[in-house]
Amino acid sequence: MSDIETRDYSLLGENSRRAVESGLAQAQWYRTDVPRKRMKELMQRRNGPAIRDTALWIGLLVVLGGLGVYLWFSVWSLLCFAAYGVLYGSASDARWHECGHGTAFKTRWMNTIVYNLACFMIMRDPTVWRWSHARHHTDTIIVGRDPEIVARRPPPLGHIAADFLGLFAVPAAFKHMFVHASGRMLAEEATYVPDTERSKTYWTARAWLLIYAIVVVWCIASRSILPAMVIGLPRMYGAWHHIVTGLTQHSGLADDVTDHRLNSRTVYMNPISRFVYWNMNYHVEHHMYPMVPFHSLPALHAEIKDDLPAPSASIGAAFGEFMPVLMRQRKDPSYFIQRQLPDRSDAVRASG
Amino acid sequence: MPNWIVACGTNDVDREDVIPFEHEGCDYAIYRAPDDTFYATDGSCTHEQAMLCDGLVMDYIIECPKHNGRFDYRTGEGKGAPIRVNLKTYPTKVENDTVSIDIG
Repeated sequence: MSDIETRDYSLLGENSRRAVESGLAQAQWYRTDVPRKRMKELMQRRNGPAIRDTALWIGLLVVLGGLGVYLWFSVWSLLCFAAYGVLYGSASDARWHECGHGTAFKTRWMNTIVYNLACFMIMRDPTVWRWSHARHHTDTIIVGRDPEIVARRPPPLGHIAADFLGLFAVPAAFKHMFVHASGRMLAEEATYVPDTERSKTYWTARAWLLIYAIVVVWCIASRSILPAMVIGLPRMYGAWHHIVTGLTQHSGLADDVTDHRLNSRTVYMNPISRFVYWNMNYHVEHHMYPMVPFHSLPALHAEIKDDLPAPSASIGAAFGEFMPVLMRQRKDPSYFIQRQLPDRSDAVRASG
Repeated sequence: MPNWIVACGTNDVDREDVIPFEHEGCDYAIYRAPDDTFYATDGSCTHEQAMLCDGLVMDYIIECPKHNGRFDYRTGEGKGAPIRVNLKTYPTKVENDTVSIDIG
């Protein structure tokens, strides 16, 4: 029998109650001071960058998906689907995220359309995940409060590795769809999704299950997996990139703190990953100022980087930092990376 | 019964922007709309109490800096998730380049 202490991450458990009682829930968070005039510039919404990126994203999906189908079955088709999968099963994660914040486009209906499309691709209910992510921003990596903690302590490394191919996330998504389609919420979801919002979730699940049923019937009728290679399966074979980038966000860092510099990580990344990930590599900056659109995060980073811990130089460098920590946490869950903060007493301000 | 208090000068608020105003322990937000009309609301978001003066004013919408919840600051009406409770608004008047609000 293991004597390693397993922490209770349930939103219904003891740690949830403790977080509320101790003031960790809905707390005041540290924020680097940025002059109001400059912050207004950084927060400004624009359609141009998101329209450009979305046109490229959809265009590549159509071209690569079309080539994958046309060249099926060959090495070339598999190469096309390998790229298509990342655009479907990973880029959708970033589009879901940014459009969920409502900051990607200036025009609201554009955010709404891309948000719902991306939610379908990444298999996240648009309503449940909007509220889940609001909680993630309120109580970032607060144990018992944040529903989006990936690298728990001890870290479920097998689970995380399996999700490079969506082996846990996709079955869980279908389980949730079936529960929602029957007109019910999961108990934990009910802690952060208001009653008035739930019917949207039920109808979305029914519509999505209908679409997946059509894909399955199409596969059976055509005696080919090809329809599922285009819709559904790319959430699995193309998931690896969003797991890679997602792991860099908070892994190995502190929990139960109220300073995003201590529990989030900014990573310099190659241009392709930044396109797929929509600049969320500036993750400390995003958490500190979620109003700043993806296209202004590099500028925000330049503005406040002197008050932040040094960013990881690359994805590899980030993994080099946190993987040994995750391995150690398997036996010592109390261990974590303690960030050294710059000494800038002029920059301290709490946020609401 | 009206209870007018001076909140700020007209030049203290940029067009299409918001500033904070505190009076007797209560926080208010003072807005200057694109047409130079002034409005006032409670100072914090009804969702999770973030200070709206740190948010973004776009036309007649104030967007909360924490979760991007949106209100029409003329009426206080919430414009969708995660906002479930409307924002309290206060009458304003401009006299001699000063903005006053009626806190009742």
